Amino acid sequence: MAEPRFNVLWLQSGGCGGCSMSLLCADTADFRGLLRQIGVNLLWHPAFSLESGDESLAIMQDCLSGKVPLHALCLEGSVLRGPEGSGRFHMLAGTQEPMLHWVERLSAVAHHVVAVGSCAAFGGITAGGINPTDACGLQYEGDHAGGVLGAQWRDPSGLPVVNVAGCPTHPGWVLETLAALAAGLPMPADALDTLGRPRAYADQLVHHACSRNEYYEYKASADKPSDLGCMMENMGCKGTQAHADCNIRLWNGEGSCTRGGYACISCTEPGFEEPGHAFHQTPKVAGIPIGLPTDMHKAWFVALASLSKSATPKRVKVNSTSDHLVVAPLIKKTRLK
Amino acid sequence: MTRLLVGPFNRVEGDLEVRLEVSDGRVTEAWVNAPMYRGFEQILQGKHPFDAMVYVPRICGICSVTQSVAAARALAAACGVEAPPNGVWLTNLMLACENAADHLTHFYLFFMPDFTREVYAGRAWHAQALRRFSTQSGDHSREAVAARQRWMHLMGTLGGKWPHTQSIVPGGSTRNLSGSERFRLGSRVAEMRSFLERVLYAAPLEEVVALDSEQALEQWLQRDPLHGDLRLFLSIARDLQLDTLGRGPGLTLSYGGFADPDGQFAMAPGVWDGNTLQPVNTAQIAEDARHAWLADAGAAPHPSVGLTLPQMDKPDAYTWNKAPRLDGRVLETGALARQLADGQPLVRALWAKTGGNVATRVLARAMELARLVILAEQCLRAVEPDAPCANDAVLPMEADAFGLCEAARGSLGHWLSIRGGRIDNYQIIAPTSWNFSPRDRHGTPGALEAALVGAPVQPGEKTPVTVQHIVRSFDPCMVCTVH
Repeated sequence: MAEPRFNVLWLQSGGCGGCSMSLLCADTADFRGLLRQIGVNLLWHPAFSLESGDESLAIMQDCLSGKVPLHALCLEGSVLRGPEGSGRFHMLAGTQEPMLHWVERLSAVAHHVVAVGSCAAFGGITAGGINPTDACGLQYEGDHAGGVLGAQWRDPSGLPVVNVAGCPTHPGWVLETLAALAAGLPMPADALDTLGRPRAYADQLVHHACSRNEYYEYKASADKPSDLGCMMENMGCKGTQAHADCNIRLWNGEGSCTRGGYACISCTEPGFEEPGHAFHQTPKVAGIPIGLPTDMHKAWFVALASLSKSATPKRVKVNSTSDHLVVAPLIKKTRLK
Repeated sequence: MTRLLVGPFNRVEGDLEVRLEVSDGRVTEAWVNAPMYRGFEQILQGKHPFDAMVYVPRICGICSVTQSVAAARALAAACGVEAPPNGVWLTNLMLACENAADHLTHFYLFFMPDFTREVYAGRAWHAQALRRFSTQSGDHSREAVAARQRWMHLMGTLGGKWPHTQSIVPGGSTRNLSGSERFRLGSRVAEMRSFLERVLYAAPLEEVVALDSEQALEQWLQRDPLHGDLRLFLSIARDLQLDTLGRGPGLTLSYGGFADPDGQFAMAPGVWDGNTLQPVNTAQIAEDARHAWLADAGAAPHPSVGLTLPQMDKPDAYTWNKAPRLDGRVLETGALARQLADGQPLVRALWAKTGGNVATRVLARAMELARLVILAEQCLRAVEPDAPCANDAVLPMEADAFGLCEAARGSLGHWLSIRGGRIDNYQIIAPTSWNFSPRDRHGTPGALEAALVGAPVQPGEKTPVTVQHIVRSFDPCMVCTVH
């Protein structure tokens, strides 16, 4: 196999490092081998590389000087612009220079810029509450285009910042994106959705393949933690609106948020960190959830919900408010048609 | 005298900078800087108290579960709710899973690669270290990542994903376990046991846990000095005299690990001073912001009334981290502290002889990893499929509460005040806040700052390798430290 030639520099700023830790959970028995197979040469990564201190800085300088081509700059974590635009809430260790400036300079020489996680894409959790550090994404501040690089910024191939949003990101989302960029073919602009997210995972809804779908169909709802029912009506679940393939791709083996017994908080969406209501409660008007399933008309939702509620089988109703299967499906006596 | 500014320090979680003064080939003074501030304590103010369960795991991508558990315990105390036995076992299982994964990651990906460096090319063990731990091609680090990935299926099933699960709630766990799921997870635990017994220890877990004296350790090592990565480490440690590097303070802290449904700890809590084990008195904890870029109230307050407010351009400030102290004293926390508190005889014997240092920290962590996998097996057996896993929690309008937890890296505490049904104050002291604390108002350096003094520095070194060993021996988590 040829030596991997797609040089990736990975930096972390205003985040938790969780997207890197998630990446290490990629579904493979040979993580390094997988990177090699997709052609990625990790120039430097804060957790996985040998180089430290002056050695790390030398790698970054080589990227800036053009001695080493920087094919992709991956940033994990939001950019901290405060206080007062100085960027001093994160000074890159050993440099006495704000990470804000490093990100600006490295983005200018990178062939592609990838925002890994919702922090780097949109601001994310770090921009929550009063946003004490004036955190934002590389090219977005919440759902407003702009951010650090500006709405008009494009890489030399014409792509905006590639926003692999998620909190954390699924390892597959990151690796597929890097593989697509490393393949050498120009990535078509329509490979990204209108928020810059790779459509390979963002064209699905979390609702798709949710294991609670039968409860959803009948609006048989959970009303407390550990209940098996649908979490849309009461528990704050946004799976019918959030763009991601979490229930198709699955996490860490057999997982997803809804399979873990808790609501989707739409962590791939800009502004998810400030939903305007308590995360664990569904906001409603006149008993109807405000956040209706994407692409569904309210009148139809209300009509179908009331119809399906009255049609709910006893089994589904009982199980929906239990923490384990209480009533098993009926065994029919005839051959199934 | 020369001055060195060392950073970015990778293979630690988050960003770290160390400033050193070096004279005659030794570090004479050190200052530790956590150079990033995000402000979680400010973000949480005014939020619905249960929103903490979404925000706080996201403080840290590597110890996310422990942040959730500390928050859930603080909220459970505020609500007066207790988890049913299944909720306790499932939470302990997730904690054991994350702590074990962190120990494994630290050993294979963060700590051991430094022994593959060129500077050690002449050493008898160097070829083995390169073959096993090279960040580019190490056989054993590659296997460790694969084993870790399978092990984290425990978190996939129990937590939905890792990091940042929300299945941990004040009243227990939102995710029950069926009998067949328990069977599947059992096979994942068996895979981890098999990896450790084959590659890390080259011995049964029980044999490692039972090592009870220096003599026993010596015999175990001599049986096959390069077989198994722990023995290779012990051989390296002896050759490089790692027990003389990075001397920690004479005081260690553990809040106690893995309480069962009756409140009995699997790993006892306590403050160990080399002679006696004292109960932990959290009322004696105070955080001193004198040298942090944070508002300093003129005194070091208890975290229940603590304040975290940025204040740049403050004379003498050099980090975003405050200096936590217990009754005014500097202490060390982590796996070493837990094993000392729990009375592990080998760890106590080594501590009595050479104190906390690079070798004892790494050995204590490796021994604890064996215990964590055994503990996970026990938790899994204790889970009763389909029995209740969570009790509903009802929030009071006013409360002051705290939650404690042992993270892989040591003692983690959350202090919470609720007023008018909203979070009024939230203060967090993380393990590395203790270990990597700056000087306090009396000028007393933190644990790492003191541990670095005396470290040998070779001529021309800009990022001294001994400093790297010492720093990484603590397994720091900088994103938790400042949050």
